[in-house]
Amino acid sequence: MKISKSIYLFFIPGLILYSIFFLFPTLSALFYSFTNWDGFSPSYQFVGLDNYDRAFTGDSIFRKTIGNNLKFMLVVVVFQTIVALAFAVIVLKNTKTTIFLRALYFFPTILSSVSVAFIWSFIYDPSLGILNQLLELVGLGFLAQNWLGNANIAIYSLAITQVWFHAGQMLIIFVAGLQAIPQDLYEVAKIEGASKWQTFRKVTWPLLAPSATIVVAYTTIQSFKAFDLVFAMTRGGPNNSTEIIATYIYEVAFRGFQFGYASAISVIFMVIIAIITFLQFKALRSDRISY
Amino acid sequence: MLFRKFALAVYALLILIPLLVVVLTSVKTLQQTFANPLGIPEGGLQFSNYVNIFQEQTMAGYFMNSSIVTLFSVAFTLLFAAMVAYGITRLNNWLGNLLFLLFTLGMMVPAQVSMVPLYSLMLDLNLTNSLVGLILVNIATTLPIAVFILTGFMKTLPKELFEASTMDGAGNWKVFTSIVIPLSLPSLSATAIFLFVMHWNDLLYPLLFITDNAYKTLPLALLEFQGQYATNYPMLFTGVIIASAPMVVAYIFLQRFFVAGMTAGAVKG
Repeated sequence: MKISKSIYLFFIPGLILYSIFFLFPTLSALFYSFTNWDGFSPSYQFVGLDNYDRAFTGDSIFRKTIGNNLKFMLVVVVFQTIVALAFAVIVLKNTKTTIFLRALYFFPTILSSVSVAFIWSFIYDPSLGILNQLLELVGLGFLAQNWLGNANIAIYSLAITQVWFHAGQMLIIFVAGLQAIPQDLYEVAKIEGASKWQTFRKVTWPLLAPSATIVVAYTTIQSFKAFDLVFAMTRGGPNNSTEIIATYIYEVAFRGFQFGYASAISVIFMVIIAIITFLQFKALRSDRISY
Repeated sequence: MLFRKFALAVYALLILIPLLVVVLTSVKTLQQTFANPLGIPEGGLQFSNYVNIFQEQTMAGYFMNSSIVTLFSVAFTLLFAAMVAYGITRLNNWLGNLLFLLFTLGMMVPAQVSMVPLYSLMLDLNLTNSLVGLILVNIATTLPIAVFILTGFMKTLPKELFEASTMDGAGNWKVFTSIVIPLSLPSLSATAIFLFVMHWNDLLYPLLFITDNAYKTLPLALLEFQGQYATNYPMLFTGVIIASAPMVVAYIFLQRFFVAGMTAGAVKG
C-alpha cells in the first residue's frame, strides 16, 4: 500500500543531529588520523601513515595500554559472566526473597561511575580501607596492599570494581534467558535419564546461548569503554599501569595536544572493537539452536 | 542448599556493606573517620557535612544542571528516536533497512572514538560551556540504542493497524501520535529509564565540554571534589549521596521498570 511522502519528514530531526554530532566527528577522526594537528592551530600537515606507524612501532605506552585493556577485559568478562550465571541459576525462581535479592544485586548499576569510583577508592585505601582491615581481622594481614597504588595489581583492582558495578545487570539478562526455556524440555530430559551435566550441555546451554552472546559481547565492550571508572579512580596511573585505550586517547589529545595521533588511536580502537564483537557473535552463534 | 544460601548472603553483603559505609561515613567528621573508619563514632552522628557541602559548593546549581540536561536529553532522544523508528517501520523496504543499519552502527562505536573531533566541532560551534551543547550531543549519541529498541518493538505491532488508520485518512503524524505512541508506551518507558540512568550519570561529555562552574553537572562536580577534598571521604560520600539520591529514590519505587529498562539497554553491543 502506498505511504504518504510525509514519512520522510520523520527522519529529519534524528538524522540531522546524528549526522552533525555523531557521524561527522566519527568520520573526521579518520581524516585527522592522517594529520599532525594539535587541536588548536589553524593549520596542519598531512603526515600519511606516520601516526599509525608510531602507534604500532614507536609508542611503548600504547602497547602497554592495549595489554592493560586486554587484562582488564579478560578478568571482567570471565568473572562477571561466571558470577552472573552462577547467581542467576540460584535466584531463578520468582519468590519474594529472590526478587528482592535480584533488585539488590542490580542496584550498583544505577550509580554513576564517579560514585562507584569513590566507594571503591575508600575500600582500597591502604590505611582507612575496609579491605585491608578485613584482611587483618581474619589473620591475612600480610596480604594487605596499596590496591590502587601498586602498579602490578592496580588494573585487577579496577576490574573487580567493574564486576561489582555491572554483574547484577548481567545476572538479570541471564535470569530472563533462563526463564524463557520451556520447562517441559527438562522433564523430557529427566524421563530420558539425562545426567545434570547432559541436561545443561544439551538443553540449557544451547537455549541460553543468545543471552550468553549478549552478556559476553556487552561485557567486552563495556570493559573497553570503562573510561569514567578508570579516570575517576587512577587517571591511568601509577606509571600507566591502568591506562586503557579510552583514557589514553584522552591523555594524548587533551594533555599532550596531539589530536592527529589521538585520532589514529581512536580509529585503531574502533577496529579492535569491531573485530572482537564480530568474532564473539560468530563463535557464540554457532552454538545456537531452537526447538 | 546451605551453600547456596551462604553464597547469596555473601553477595548481598558485598553490595550492602559498601553502601552502608557510604551512608555512615557521610554523617561522620573527618577525625571520626580517621579514628574509626568503619564503626559508629563515639561522639554521635552529625549532619554538618550536608550543611557544609551546600555552603562550600554550588550544589543546587549542579543539581539543576544535571536535571535540565537529563530531562531534555531523554525527552528529545525518545521523541526523535520514536519518529525514526516509526519511519523505518512504515517504509519497510531497503531504504528503511539502510537507515536502521546506519543508526544502529552507532551502537558499536564507543564515544571515546569521536571525542577528539567532537571537541573541536563543539568549539567551532560555540557550544562548549553550554547545557544546550551537552543536550545535543547526548541526543545524537543515544539515538542509536533508542532507535534499535523502539524499532524492534514497533515492528511487532500489527501492520493492519497502520493501514486501516491510513485508509481512514489519518496522516502519518496522526497515526504516529494517536496510535503508535500509546501502543509503544511499554518500550518507550523502558527506553526512558535506560536513558535517564545514562544521562544522569554521564561524565565524559561534561568533562570534555564544561569548564565553567555555572554549567557543571553532578558527576563532573563530584569528580572535581576529589581534587578539592582529596581523601576527605565524609565530604566525598556526602556528594555521592546527593548525586545518587534521585536515581535511588526512583529505583526504589520503579524497580521493575528499571530492571526491564536497563536490560533492554544492555542489548547494546
